[in-house]
Amino acid sequence: MIRIENLTKKFKQLEALKGISLHVKQGELFAYLGPNGSGKTTTIKILTGLAVPSSGNAWLHGFHIEDDSLQAKRQCGLVPQTINLDHELTVSENLQLHGKLFRMPAKERASRIAELLDYIGIADRRHSPVKSLSGGLKRRVMIARALMHSPKILFLDEPTAGLDPAIRRRIWSLIKQIQQGGATIFLTTHYIEEAEFLAERVAFLDEGRIVALDSPGNLMAGLGAWALDELVDGSMETHYFRDRDEAGHHIRQQEGRFSMRRVNLEDVFLAVSGKRVLP
Amino acid sequence: MNGMLAIYFRELLILRKRFFRQLASMSVSPLLYLIAFGLGMGRDVRVEGHSYLEFLVPGLVAMNSMVQAFAIASEINIARFYWHIFEEFQAAPLRNIAYVTGEVLAGITRALFSTAIILVIALLSGVVLSYNLYFWLAVILNSFLFASLAVGLAMLVKSHSDQALLTNFFITPMAFLGGTFFPVDRMPGWVQHVLHFLPLTHAAKAIRAAAFNLPPDPFSYLLLAALGALFFVLAFHWVNRARE
Repeated sequence: MIRIENLTKKFKQLEALKGISLHVKQGELFAYLGPNGSGKTTTIKILTGLAVPSSGNAWLHGFHIEDDSLQAKRQCGLVPQTINLDHELTVSENLQLHGKLFRMPAKERASRIAELLDYIGIADRRHSPVKSLSGGLKRRVMIARALMHSPKILFLDEPTAGLDPAIRRRIWSLIKQIQQGGATIFLTTHYIEEAEFLAERVAFLDEGRIVALDSPGNLMAGLGAWALDELVDGSMETHYFRDRDEAGHHIRQQEGRFSMRRVNLEDVFLAVSGKRVLP
Repeated sequence: MNGMLAIYFRELLILRKRFFRQLASMSVSPLLYLIAFGLGMGRDVRVEGHSYLEFLVPGLVAMNSMVQAFAIASEINIARFYWHIFEEFQAAPLRNIAYVTGEVLAGITRALFSTAIILVIALLSGVVLSYNLYFWLAVILNSFLFASLAVGLAMLVKSHSDQALLTNFFITPMAFLGGTFFPVDRMPGWVQHVLHFLPLTHAAKAIRAAAFNLPPDPFSYLLLAALGALFFVLAFHWVNRARE
């Protein structure tokens, strides 16, 4: 569904992507994790036609992103990181414009707008100017807009960035529903719990390279199930254990102040890159 | 065709939403020029056998159609750098030619709208000229040229301030020197040679000749059409430069 082979991107002196290769299956919810500046957004920009790759290839639903760019673009919907709705237009007009750009017939546009606004729960705001909406509503409108032409692949670039936890969870359930509708979802995030909750597979990106790729369960299982954080000389050290009993045994054997918790994807990233996703 | 109409549809929607603001904004400068230069200098001052007010109106039409057509660049830049709506166009299955044509048509529409405002103001000031086919052809070619240039340059600039520089260095001097307020042939010989390289000089000449029912100079029309076509093709190629 999404095939990427040895993709690179250079911005003058900066090498933002250093040979990315991966394959996302049809209907999969794939999360692309990494700290700011690791190359997540650059990858999405290249795949959706906003940026030009320096080298390498990528296909969306079998269409090459550069050689067959119009067909490739028809396969995907994009929810970019920055809110890019037309603030002077209403919710409905934004969706209308998207439908026109994707050559949807007028009748289909009208019915799809009604269906989507109902789906995201803002049917009563269809004639509201976008500038009057809250950040969370704008994000939902952006998701609805990306779904207007029923794309096979949905790119979500940090879809919950800056939103409060309650709204974030509403958007998560919306993303799950979209996936259940059959779409392939490519999600970038630096919220670890977002990837853990949503993704079937996760790729960790660090300085333009994929440093780990597997299901969240497999990635975490490689470390253990439980973690003990210990403050040693002012810095945090983390120890991993297969089960809770083993971790408890360690606490009883050692002196010090420990904090016990379940292993998460942040631990995986820390283990493979030596860094935290959120510094 | 559909993509081009989508781009044009958006610009028309925005124009409609800002109708009264645009109307007021497009009326202010021609009104000021007419009052300051036209009425201020009186009807007794005669230029090329016409009152100065009659001489001025076609010049204002040329200048304003240029300014308003070129203003589409600011709209594109707001969409690109401020609202990021341009990303929506880049991610859509839209050919470069559809995007450029939609924006150029929007520029021409703005220019025609501003021309209509000037003509109404002129009529209210008692200026009646001939608004024949050649007049409108010259206005459209002038608008086409500057709208195409605007779209092309909007793809090359990296920020709002770059855009302001282009306006300050190219459009504003041309507005004052391109035969808008005075006949170019009253300038010293070497200045006349320089001014003849400016497209606005030819647009003002063609629009004024048509408004005075004088025979058209085919060279001016051909030059405007050729430059317009060149800028349109360049704009079409420069859309790709806007990709990162």
